[in-house]
Amino acid sequence: MRLSLPNLLRAFLLGLLLVFVMAPQTMEPLLRPLAQANAPVIYEQASLLSLTIQHLMTVIAATVAATMVAVGLAIFVSRPVGAEFLPLSRSLVNIGQTFPPVAVLALAVPVVGFGQKPTLIALFLYGLLPIFENTLTGLTSLPRAVIDAARGIGMTGRQSLWQIELPLALPVILAGIRLSVVIGLATATIGSTVAARTLGEVIIAGLQSNNMAFVVQGGLIVGGLAVLIYDFLSALERRAFQRIRS
Amino acid sequence: MIEIDGVSKIYDGKTVVDDVTLTIEPRTITVIVGTSGSGKTTLLRMINRLVELDAGTIRLDGEDNRTIRGYELRRRIGYAIQGHGLFPHQTVAENIGVVPRLIGWGRKRTDDKVRELLSLFQLPPEQFISRYPHELSGGEQQRVGVARALAAEPNVLLMDEPFGALDPIIRSRAQDDLLAIQKHFSTTIILVTHDMNEAFHLADKIAVMDAGRLLQYGTPEELVRNPANGFVEAMIGVSERPFRLLSMGRVAEVVEPGEATGPAIDPGASQQEALAQMLWTGRRAAPVISPEGQVAARITLESIFKRAKGKS
Amino acid sequence: MPLSRDVFLKGHIDKLGVLIAILAAYGAWSPFASLRANRIVQGEGFGLFSALPAPMAWLLVAIILMGSLVALFRREASPRILAAATVLMALAALVGEAAAHLTPSENNYARVAPATGFWLLLFAFSLLAADGISRMRPDPKLRLAYLIATVGILSLIILSGAWTDLSVMKEYAARDDVFWREASRHLALALGSLGAAALIGIPLGVVCERVPAIRATVLTTLNLVQTIPSIALFGILIAPLGWLAIHVPGAYAIGIRGIGAAPAFVALFLYSMLPMVANTVAGLAAVPRESREAARGLGMTSAQRLFQVEFPLALPVILTAIRIVLVQNIGLATIAALIGGGGFGTFVFQGLGQMATDLVLLGALPTVGLAFFSAVVLDALIDMNSIVPARKEAR
Repeated sequence: MRLSLPNLLRAFLLGLLLVFVMAPQTMEPLLRPLAQANAPVIYEQASLLSLTIQHLMTVIAATVAATMVAVGLAIFVSRPVGAEFLPLSRSLVNIGQTFPPVAVLALAVPVVGFGQKPTLIALFLYGLLPIFENTLTGLTSLPRAVIDAARGIGMTGRQSLWQIELPLALPVILAGIRLSVVIGLATATIGSTVAARTLGEVIIAGLQSNNMAFVVQGGLIVGGLAVLIYDFLSALERRAFQRIRS
Repeated sequence: MIEIDGVSKIYDGKTVVDDVTLTIEPRTITVIVGTSGSGKTTLLRMINRLVELDAGTIRLDGEDNRTIRGYELRRRIGYAIQGHGLFPHQTVAENIGVVPRLIGWGRKRTDDKVRELLSLFQLPPEQFISRYPHELSGGEQQRVGVARALAAEPNVLLMDEPFGALDPIIRSRAQDDLLAIQKHFSTTIILVTHDMNEAFHLADKIAVMDAGRLLQYGTPEELVRNPANGFVEAMIGVSERPFRLLSMGRVAEVVEPGEATGPAIDPGASQQEALAQMLWTGRRAAPVISPEGQVAARITLESIFKRAKGKS
Repeated sequence: MPLSRDVFLKGHIDKLGVLIAILAAYGAWSPFASLRANRIVQGEGFGLFSALPAPMAWLLVAIILMGSLVALFRREASPRILAAATVLMALAALVGEAAAHLTPSENNYARVAPATGFWLLLFAFSLLAADGISRMRPDPKLRLAYLIATVGILSLIILSGAWTDLSVMKEYAARDDVFWREASRHLALALGSLGAAALIGIPLGVVCERVPAIRATVLTTLNLVQTIPSIALFGILIAPLGWLAIHVPGAYAIGIRGIGAAPAFVALFLYSMLPMVANTVAGLAAVPRESREAARGLGMTSAQRLFQVEFPLALPVILTAIRIVLVQNIGLATIAALIGGGGFGTFVFQGLGQMATDLVLLGALPTVGLAFFSAVVLDALIDMNSIVPARKEAR
């Protein structure tokens, strides 16, 4: 790790986040001016660490499921068997992305009730779209000569998919997963409004009791988390991309 | 031997290959020439079943090519294309070794083959083995592409405009390399191009296609002397005809006893080169060196004249 | 089954048609509408034949059957679109009829809402419509015509009173003045922040394209802002804006507050900046070198080059940014309700709080509709402004 400005910023942000989550009391003097005279400054109805972990678990579970389904579907419609569904699936993704995440979240409640479930469903459904779209773009925009060569030298459809097409589409697929994670982190935050245990709880509690200290606390943790995860996934993507530029 | 027998292909009601029949002798280079849309690439791709034929049969050494699975067939036949189609995420060694791996050669045997081919294509193995395709020049990429096609020691090599993306100087070197490689491995090569000069340079036999039909199939000399129709004549180029004939003949074929002055000419040179030399130096005859290095014979403008004359 | 396999191979049966037919069959068999004693209790489902008078139920079954058969056996675009439109219109008309049929007379508390069966049928035949339209690949003008026709039919249905007995419409009737106020606030937030972002983002994009030194910094910063979850950004902005309102003279007078529309507006504006700037840079960077050189060679000043050559060529990419921002803002504006910013989100979150699904729908459906409408309109505009027609999918 070089000692460059971006790396210093990363380290600072990570440190700040860790202090906020593991030892929130140390931040009290900083947040004190934001709270009203005798209101609590640090959110204590639940441990911030456990909320953070639940927040992350929700996003990870939904993203893993969305990745498996979306990549599977994209492979299906990009093969000859599923080619019939290709134009439709493109329009569906286009339409699907106009659905705001909040609407998906709110509409899931009547079906499955309050709690973690509607949040997971909204995260999963909304996470499908960018991953599906990117996987499809990745698989259908590969250089023709390469695909032709893979068949021409005698690879079976499956060998071509696993050895050539998916590895080459990987950076684009990763970009889709990154988008999906970022949207997921945001949607999980809103999930608190339907009683999911996530970091959004801190912000909502602050808004309801007019306690700016809670709001800022929650906002900084969620924001910092999102920025760090985004940064990490971008680095992963760059690494995957380095090999295949041609 | 490859026998293409009454083969047709129809796409959306349009016949792109129309009842083509031709037989390709083993250990020769056959060049299929035609304009774009003539069906030449489709015909080539039907041999290794990248495209399935709609009528007729293709037999490889007497065996119908539909009797085995498409991908197994393709592993036995080399395939090289324009823009090389190298896998960008694999090293040069991985690219060349891909078919041997598919058919289960051991690691040692594959490695040896990769090194042998790299040396043969004048790409020092230590330098190239772990490079990625984007780190190679266009000419190097093209050579790796052909090396990959030859890695599993196929009897037959199909090439679709393999030199199309190269600039003229590298291109003519690649053509010479191909001739040398073909001699080395005795591979049967079928090559598709739209470039008539390339066809004359490489071919033992040329097949001319237009609008899906095979117009003429014969040696380069037959094509020049007896073009089947106006299209073949135009493809060859009316004003090029005498020079094409001369480019195919060697000096040794027209030497006669006698003496001449000035620099001597190699008997292996083409008659076109001899003509050019004599025109440039203003001589009507030139001495020819015998294989032993002595001047024993000469070549005259008269003999080249006779040789370059078509039908009257 | 060699026979059915053969049918598939010859392409007589459409694969998507099979999916649609299964969904339609399941949908027709599931409860079509549900009746609740009041707006928050659990409802009771009614199948097609108990939700509708018999002749109407038979009519709907016949229409669904016809639609499914078209989906299964006709592959041309026009019959598919026509069949889908017929089924969808029948569904729209008859769901209102079911509401009238099921609502006990003189009972103002009972609520009738569409149930699983209706939503499944709606989904199945919207799929058919989408499939037909994507097979037809209509040009932008025709797409706009379809959109206007759809909006027109929906307005007619609502104005005719056919849906008056549906629970969502009852929620609307109970707060029709508030509905339009929140609607205009929602639009003002989404469009206002878009306008501000365009006004500042496009010039900033031009500068970034010309000065590579600042490009990376600006884009990275905006990228990071974009990753911060909306509610967190809203929250983070409350404190500084609140401080401004108190300490800067005049700030309060122009509407700056810690809570309410101001932080929502600023957050939406910040989110909009990345697409605006990034696409302006990308659009200008994609202007062919030859065109720029030619413009210089002809003696254009740099302002003339920008307005007469570069902007027109970059327009489709900039319009794409506007599409992205508008759709995104319409969705995000719902969250403004959490910090007192108003908009359709008010109904969504009130509905969630009261466990009243109909109220959630009253907020969510217009949001989805508005986002969809904007996306179609802007996609059409983008296509009309592309000099090279949008690439048709290669087959």
